[in-house]
Parts: sequence; structure tokens; C-alpha cells
Amino acid sequence: MIPVLHAETLRFGWPGAAPCIDIERLEIAAGEAVFLHGPSGCGKSTLLSLLAGVLVAGAGRVTLLGQDWAALSGSARDRHRVAHVGYIFQQFNLLPYLSVLDNVMLPCRFSTRRMAQASHDGPARREAEQLLDRMGLDASLWQRQAMQLSVGQQQRVAAARALIGQPELVIADEPTSALDEDRREAFLDVLLAACKAKHSALVFVSHDQRIAARFGRHILLPAINRAAAGAAA
Amino acid sequence: MKALFAIAWRSAWNRRFTLALTVLSIALSTFLLLGVERIRTELRENFSSSVSGTDLIVGARTGSSQLLLYSVFRIGAATNNMQWKSVQALAEHPGVRWVVPLSLGDSHRGFAVLATTPAYFDHFRYGDRQALQLREGKPFAELFDAVVGAEVADRLGYHVGQKITLAHGSGELNAAEHADKPFTVVGVLARTGTPVDRTVHIGLPAMEAIHLEWAGGAPMPGLKIPAEQVRKFDLTPKTVTAALVGLQNRAAVFAVQRWVSTYPAEALMAILPGVALDELWSVVGMGENALLLMSALVALVSLAGLVSVVMAGLNERRRELAVLRAVGASLRHVLALLALEGALVTLLGVAIGVVFAVLGIALLSPWLQAQFGLTLRLSEPTLNEWILLASLLAAGWLASLLPGVRAYRLSLADGLSPRI
Repeated sequence: MIPVLHAETLRFGWPGAAPCIDIERLEIAAGEAVFLHGPSGCGKSTLLSLLAGVLVAGAGRVTLLGQDWAALSGSARDRHRVAHVGYIFQQFNLLPYLSVLDNVMLPCRFSTRRMAQASHDGPARREAEQLLDRMGLDASLWQRQAMQLSVGQQQRVAAARALIGQPELVIADEPTSALDEDRREAFLDVLLAACKAKHSALVFVSHDQRIAARFGRHILLPAINRAAAGAAA
Repeated sequence: MKALFAIAWRSAWNRRFTLALTVLSIALSTFLLLGVERIRTELRENFSSSVSGTDLIVGARTGSSQLLLYSVFRIGAATNNMQWKSVQALAEHPGVRWVVPLSLGDSHRGFAVLATTPAYFDHFRYGDRQALQLREGKPFAELFDAVVGAEVADRLGYHVGQKITLAHGSGELNAAEHADKPFTVVGVLARTGTPVDRTVHIGLPAMEAIHLEWAGGAPMPGLKIPAEQVRKFDLTPKTVTAALVGLQNRAAVFAVQRWVSTYPAEALMAILPGVALDELWSVVGMGENALLLMSALVALVSLAGLVSVVMAGLNERRRELAVLRAVGASLRHVLALLALEGALVTLLGVAIGVVFAVLGIALLSPWLQAQFGLTLRLSEPTLNEWILLASLLAAGWLASLLPGVRAYRLSLADGLSPRI
């Protein structure tokens, strides 16, 4: 079975700077929940950009579902990404002028594959509603404008959006850093359960060790990144 | 792409107040540019339409602009007059169809007085060879009859039957009044948008009559000739200021011009009104260039305003674009979104500006006519105005693209995680 993500002899440096990523090998299997952690500045965001095909590695290769990012043109990378990857930011995930439901539906509007998968049984709208329901968002909120929601609610809408149309990979870039402890736990509960139900692999980036126990696999970035080993100490 | 339009619309609606400001600023600059351009062309149009249908203007030898200025625009005064005998000789020339003598020099409450013959009303043409129309009354027939231009009548509230007195020389306040010989307004001319509107017309014999007891520009002391006795005198003028000439055949214009300039009895000159108008405009046209420069500056300033308004909203958009990228919008989508919005905002602004300009011209033209004697007409845009509109659209669109390109580059650098 092909892994969701596969990287080998991956090296990357910003122009004019020393390499900041140098990873021998990294593999993430289907349905895996991975906790990626490390101090700030160790290259977490850069690694996520490389994995999601936003940045292309200078040397080595990264494949998503067997497809080498470097072999695709810019717009082909955009299409491949939206077809297979859901993305959750730290905060401000939503378009404030769209309704909650429309925000969740966004990936379906840009990707026919996500649309097709979301409308597998019943209309895509139904899946969006089910996901919102699973995230514990009351039906009375669905038609509200996204900017009227609290930060915790917005993050859950973002999670529902990342999961719609069953992407094989969900990348979450410190999604809980703006939440207090109770909301953080609740958010993790629903996110992990939903990823499990949809068989989506989850790469969860955080520097918060307290939530590490919730994940099946831990990756300490400085431990695998030879470029940061010397610099980050 | 259809999804993108829907999102673009919602996004624009969300920023409607900022965008409305941008649209307004484009609309205002369109309005100003069109207004200035229209005033500029109409100014020139008004200027060159002040006389038409006249083949030659003849007067004592002087500069051609000078002759035009006092004979047509009533500006300045003639240094020399031409003899009445010369006018008669001119009228007898076989190539000449009609001669209308003009005698200037007096005024009525700041408006020029023009003494002429009744033929003036038949032969004088302005604009596109339009004849003078009386909006009230009839041309002068009796000795002390006067026909006033539309602006004289409107400004001073004159109607047929009004008694007026003329003053010697020009100027609002003048002690030397011909108060003993009052005139009666018998006609009011319709508006022409030319200096005719600001003129009081009287007959040549009347001009002679009010100056009977005058010599060397001042009344002779002790001599008084009552109005009822002037008819006993010979009221044929000795001199006139200039004469408008119509020819049998326009092709003879240079022959007659040569005949005038070589006229043996006195030094005369004949000018072609069209040529002299163009010459004069090349001097007056300096103001035209200043207007043009001003409108260019206005456009520049409002485009700068447009860029700054869009730039100010950019941080807000930066996050929005990152979210769009994360849910699958490609860079091409983002660029299309920004370009489309810029184009629509510019188009809307220019369209509103055109509506403003049309309304402005429609509402302000009576006031401009009354205040400045400038006729603004609503008409199809001229070629220049089309070019102006097209360049406004292009410049506005480019100006709105500038922040767009910046947003695009930021979203390229941001990747999927905006750093704000």
C-alpha cells in the first residue's frame, strides 16, 4: 500500500541562506495521526509547506500518494493539493463574509474530486452538515456569517472544512494555540474522531507537549532534521 | 471559475464601504476630467462661433487680432476709424454683396453700444451660420430705438419699452452721459452665446445724433441741441469703426482683400474672420493648455488616492487570499479575482462619473451661460472625450492592479501560512 506521504533525502534552504531542512526519510501511512513538534524556528512551517507542495524541495523528493510534487506544474500542484489535502491554520481560517456552511463547502467548489467524494451518499451539503454536527456545532449556527462565531467554533468549522470530501491527508498547523484548555481538549476530541472515521491521515503540528499523549505517533522535528540539529540547540 | 465569481462578489460586498470610496474617487476624477474637457472644447467652440457668414472684416490699418478684438469681441478700442466714403466705395465694389458698417465707442452700464444699419440683423451670422433672432419686439426703425442683447436684457431686467441712456466711452461709471437723448428699447435678441448678447444695438444716425454737440471726445461747452431738433441735421456718419463684408463669391476673397489693402484714399485692412480667430486663439489658447494640465493633475491625484485606498485594504485581503489558496484556489484564480475586481470598480466609477458629468452639464449650463456667457451643450462624447474615458479606464485598472500584484506576490511568499 502506498504511504500517504513519503519523503527521502529531502533538503531545502531559502535562497541565500543555509539549508534549514535536511531529512533522510519520512513516511506517513494512511489513517495515521502524527504529532509533529519541536521549538519555534526549527523548520516546522517550512516542512509543512514542503509536504503540501507549496514549496518544492531543492534536492530529494516528496511524494503525496505516490505523486512527486516536483514533477507537477504550479497549477497542477494546486489541483493535486486541494484534491487530497485539508488544511487548518492556527487561526482566521474562514472567509468572514461567507456563511458557516459555505465555508465548509469551499474545497468542493475548487475540486471536482472533493465534490464527488462529498456527494458519495447524498448531496455534498448533507456531508457538510454531518461534519458540522460531528464537530458539535449546533444547526442554528450553520447559516450564520463566519465572523459571528467564537474562535473555538471557527476552528471547528475549519476542521469540518479540512475533512469534507475525505482528503487522504489533513494538515493542522498549531490549530489549538488560540484556544483555552477546555476548548483545546474538546477540539482534539472531535478532530481525532473525525479523522479516524474518514480514514484521513493527520499531521498535527504543535509545540504544546501536553496534548502529545493523544496521538499514536510522535515526531520530534530536530531529531530527524539534520540541518536544525546543530543550529536549534 | 463560476464559484470564484460568487466568492469575489461576496468578498467585494463585504468591503463595500472601502470600495464605494474607491468608486467615488474614480467617479469624481472622471467628472472633473470630462467637465474640464467639455468646458475647454466649448470655450473654443464659443470663441470660434462668435462670427460666421462674414467673409471679410474691414477697418483702419492695425493688427489683425486687434481689429477682430474690437469689431467682434468689443474688447479694446480702435486707434483709427475708417471714412464713410471708404465704406461707400467698398459697397460699390462689384465683388461685394453686402456691407454692414459698425461704429463702437459708447457704452450702457458696462455693456458695449454698437451702432449699425438694420442690414446687420439680416446679414450677421454666428455659430453654424445662424441668424440673429428677436425674442421680443422688432429691429430699430426710429432714430432713438435700441435693440439689446439677451444678457443685457436679463442682467438689467429690460423689456420692450424701457428707456435707457448711453454713456460716452466704456466703463461702468461715466460722468459724460448722453442723458438728454434717451433711447427706447424696441427689441430683445435671443441668446446666442456670443458677444452679441452683451451688446446694445442702435442705428448709425442715432450715434451721430448723440454726438452732434461733441468734439474731441467731450461736449462743447454752452452748446445744447435738444433731442427733437437733431433730425434737422445731416446724420450721415463721417466715420465708422469697421465694416463686415459679405461677398458675391467667396473665391474672390483674396482679390477683395487686396483691393482693400491697396485702397488709395486711406490705409485700410481686411481680415478673414476664421484665420484671425485661429490666430487669436493661439494666444488665448495658453489658458486652454493650463486647463488641460490641471485636469491631468486631477486625474493623477485621484489615481494615487485609488492606489492608497486599495493598498490600505490589502492586509485584510492578504489573509483572505491565503484562505482561498488553502481551499484550492490557484494563483491564477487569485490574480483573476484581483484583476476582475479592479476592472469592475474602475468601470463603475467611470460610469458614475459620466452620469455626474451629464447631470452637472445639464444643471449648471444655465448658470454658466448667465454668469460667464459660456454655452455648454449636452452632446455625444467627442473623440477626445472617448480617448479620455478609455485612458481613465486603463489607468484606473492598472492602478488597481498595482496593489493586486502586491497581494499576489505576498500570497506567493505566504504559501499556506500567512504571517500576520
